[in-house]
Amino acid sequence: MKNHAWRPLAVAIGAIALLLSVRATVVPSDFGVNGKNFTYGFHRKGSIDDWKSFKVKYRGKEYCRDCHEEKVAENMSSPHKVIECENCHGPAVDHPDNPAKLAIDRTRALCLRCHAALPYPQSHRAEMPAIDPDAHNPKQACVECHNPHNPNLEAM
Amino acid sequence: MNASRRRFLQTAIAGGMAATVPLSALRLLTPDEARASIGSDEVRWAFLVDIQKCVGCGFCVKACKTENEVPYDVPVSRTWVERYVVTKDGKSHIDTPMGGRDGFTSGKVQEEEIPPEEITKAFFVPKLCNQCVNPACVQVCPVGATYQTKDGVVLVDRTWCIGCGYCIMACPYGVRFFHPVTKTAEKCTFCYHRISQGLKSACVQACPFGARQIGNLKDHDDPVTKTIMTQRVGILKDEYGTKPQVYYIGLDERVR
Repeated sequence: MKNHAWRPLAVAIGAIALLLSVRATVVPSDFGVNGKNFTYGFHRKGSIDDWKSFKVKYRGKEYCRDCHEEKVAENMSSPHKVIECENCHGPAVDHPDNPAKLAIDRTRALCLRCHAALPYPQSHRAEMPAIDPDAHNPKQACVECHNPHNPNLEAM
Repeated sequence: MNASRRRFLQTAIAGGMAATVPLSALRLLTPDEARASIGSDEVRWAFLVDIQKCVGCGFCVKACKTENEVPYDVPVSRTWVERYVVTKDGKSHIDTPMGGRDGFTSGKVQEEEIPPEEITKAFFVPKLCNQCVNPACVQVCPVGATYQTKDGVVLVDRTWCIGCGYCIMACPYGVRFFHPVTKTAEKCTFCYHRISQGLKSACVQACPFGARQIGNLKDHDDPVTKTIMTQRVGILKDEYGTKPQVYYIGLDERVR
């Protein structure tokens, strides 16, 4: 056969060889069908472990109890026992190593998340002990009068 | 050629029956595919949301954004809380300011004051990734950067995502968004790093009222599974055929 037929063929074979060699080096070896089928499970297997090793930040009340037993005990005897410490105190992460001190949210806005009155009958919001933020000591911080760990109105 | 009427009929019937067998029935399954299709894996994560219990405090959104390092002041979120206020004139007033991150503290919906006597029904609906059995977002990924794990969670491989945004367009529930820092597609993972080590998802832990729960559908003693099996639960956008795995108690037809 003549050159004009062979040359493009060599170029094509070279291009395919280049593509395959690039693919072999660039595509991770654990790439493939790792789930139930090609449509939903075609991925790099190591990605699952990447996600599993993501840093946990919220540690939960039991983690706080290890050191702050009294505070947790006080809180657990109040209607606020359902609230996680970290909702107001911020995520513990590796506290007390890092961060050494947590940034506590003592703002009025935090309390109003649940306790601003909204007349929504189909929601438990309507049953919350609630105030009108514009009428009930406006702009004053709730924690000046109320104890967030044990917000007992009779003990005030 | 000796063709008899009997032989012709036999061949025709056999041929007709063979033609009805779909090609997929003749495909060889890999061991993983076979195992997945009979469902012998031990875990299938599912989520249960009780709309009545939600008071719209937004602690779930706050916890999610912090836990998963989603930029706090950018209006994107893996989970959010919607408020629905239906008035006597039949109108729905819907809003989700910053995804409900700071809770709902005012009766105003989209700057509009709604008098309490006009309200016929009002409630909060937490939304998150439905971790569909047939995730449309995964099908469209051109590079294999998003996938479904064996326990049913849809994840994004941040090292492999090219940021084309097809999956963001494909999700019927709008739960995907573009992560402004990693520049990749981002979505709720049910807190895969937490649930795979026995913890609860950050939003589930942060919810004071038990409105959000996560469970394993393959464990029939799991309280979430029991509720889904025995109570009246709804799902979002059933008509898309994606088989979402976030179940809602007290769902309303106005919720889309």
